[in-house]
Amino acid sequence: MLRVSSPLVLGIESSCDETGVGIVRGTELLANAVASSVDEHVRFGGVVPEVASRAHLEAMVPMIEKAQADAGVSVADVDAIAVTCGPGLTGALLVGIAAAKALALAYDKPLYGVNHLVAHVCVDQLVHGPLPRPTAALLVSGGHTSLLLVDDVATDVQMLGETIDDAAGEAFDKVARLLGLPYPGGPHVDRVARDGDGTTIAFPRGLTGGRDLDRHRFDFSFSGLKSAVARHVEHEERMGREISVPDVAASFQDAVCDVLSAKTMKACVANGVEHLVVGGGVAANGRLRQFVEERAARHGIEVRVPPPVLCTDNGAMVAALGAAVVSAGLPPSSLDLAADSSLPVTRVVA
Amino acid sequence: MLVLALDTASPTVSVALHDGTSVLASVTGADAMHHGEQLAPAIARALAEAGRAMGDVTAVATGVGPGPFTGLRVGVVTARTLGASLGVPVHGVCSLDVVAEQARAEGRDGTFAVATDARRKEVYWAAYETAGDRVRRTSGPQVARAADVAALLGGDVPVIGRGADLYADDLARGEGPSDPDAGVLAALVASGRADVVEPEPMYLRRPDAVPPGARKRAS
Ligand SMILES: Nc1ncnc2c1ncn2[C@@H]1O[C@H](COP(=O)(O)OP(=O)(O)OP(=O)(O)O)[C@@H](O)[C@H]1O
Ligand SMILES: [Mg+2]
Repeated sequence: MLRVSSPLVLGIESSCDETGVGIVRGTELLANAVASSVDEHVRFGGVVPEVASRAHLEAMVPMIEKAQADAGVSVADVDAIAVTCGPGLTGALLVGIAAAKALALAYDKPLYGVNHLVAHVCVDQLVHGPLPRPTAALLVSGGHTSLLLVDDVATDVQMLGETIDDAAGEAFDKVARLLGLPYPGGPHVDRVARDGDGTTIAFPRGLTGGRDLDRHRFDFSFSGLKSAVARHVEHEERMGREISVPDVAASFQDAVCDVLSAKTMKACVANGVEHLVVGGGVAANGRLRQFVEERAARHGIEVRVPPPVLCTDNGAMVAALGAAVVSAGLPPSSLDLAADSSLPVTRVVA
Repeated sequence: MLVLALDTASPTVSVALHDGTSVLASVTGADAMHHGEQLAPAIARALAEAGRAMGDVTAVATGVGPGPFTGLRVGVVTARTLGASLGVPVHGVCSLDVVAEQARAEGRDGTFAVATDARRKEVYWAAYETAGDRVRRTSGPQVARAADVAALLGGDVPVIGRGADLYADDLARGEGPSDPDAGVLAALVASGRADVVEPEPMYLRRPDAVPPGARKRAS
């Protein structure tokens, strides 16, 4: 079995609409080549799986070559190949998995199928060094909203809570559409909300009261919030009033960030955790960071947020988790590794 | 010469190695579908059976469909990545040509068609005629309903392949293989008789996706 202290690992990511290939040496980032098909999905207002899969096929070999060139490393030199095997879109995942297997075969390297969500947490090691144990992680992206407890990123990850309906990024995208803003909507809502007042409309905070709180203490729900925004917009239209897009955007955004940060703090306190990583595309949201940082400071919790290029889907995060897994001496995956669209977060390696 | 050939355009994963003279190894996936799981082990097994190493491969050949997209892409991305890694050429061949060539090699003569399952009550198909030791594609590949293919071909043109097995009521089903065999693909490429194209899937259909219409009402 392979056990190297600072292993050189190439990682492949293709779970959604980014084709990423990264190379790391232990916790040192060497290359992060990413191609995105996001522009091809704009006219559909959301990621179309078949469009994403076709784009992965076209981008895969160019990204593998770019990563090697950027790192000045050949696949022949790596200790292992890592690939996202779930969760994500099955057809999209399969392109990356097949490419990773081809590399493993061509260069006779061990293959590690790793968990996309855990990779989103592990990527922080490339920026802020080894994760303290334990660390909590709030992952907020277009496809996921999860609160994790990470005792050891390679071997011990637990799910504390997750969204029971829409992901936070999805809510941003849907509300942006309601407000006539372009896709993907998160950055646009973030931008226009800066000119608005988040206290104007009291939008609902999902799963924060009564019995919901008992059953879904650290879970999230954003579909009710999205409907509330839709009802508000329709109501104002019916009344013949023009809505203030900045105020609606700011009020929606505050509702999301309030719930995310409040539940995250409660989870940290309940589990005696003093370190928090925030990852996923929505981590780029300025207001979310403000909420989280203010509340964390009150509880003496250290907050780590990787830079935006490492928060959105990328191959470096997969390589980073691959390196952690190799360092832990875990056995490689077999060549018949499958895509698992709903891989549970407790399975770090498949 | 060592040609590594693979095809994932049908429900069956097929891998073979050809040294320019004969097929050294031929491996077929045990289960239908699951291309993503079965292809890489099949390649490893073919190499082991042939007693060759990956470094011996001088060319990669892949069926480029048409076929169901997800499985097809597994083959194409595998072929492209192997080719780039090993520094060898990657040849694409229409998967229907492989079925046609096998039918010819098994004795079929004259005009015929190949049809495979395109799902949604349609077939992928192409028409062929034999010319000495070759088959020549005279039309296609296209995607259509079996009944429309029958009308276009006329009643007496035999149709072979899984599509003909599936729509035996509509098509004049002839004797022949059901799915592309990578051994045949490897031989076609090794002998220079293949109609080689870029290793690019023959999708023939646009992605299923409709741009969202007007804003949905909340109530
Ligand atoms: N500044 C921002 N504020 C709010 N949301 C944002 C911001 N920037 C990006 N987003 C949102 O982040 C999401 C994209 O993030 P990311 O690329 O991590 O996710 P994904 O690829 O859609 O899904 P996943 O990573 O779960 O597979 C989109 O929903 C986008 O609107
Ligand atoms: Mg993405």
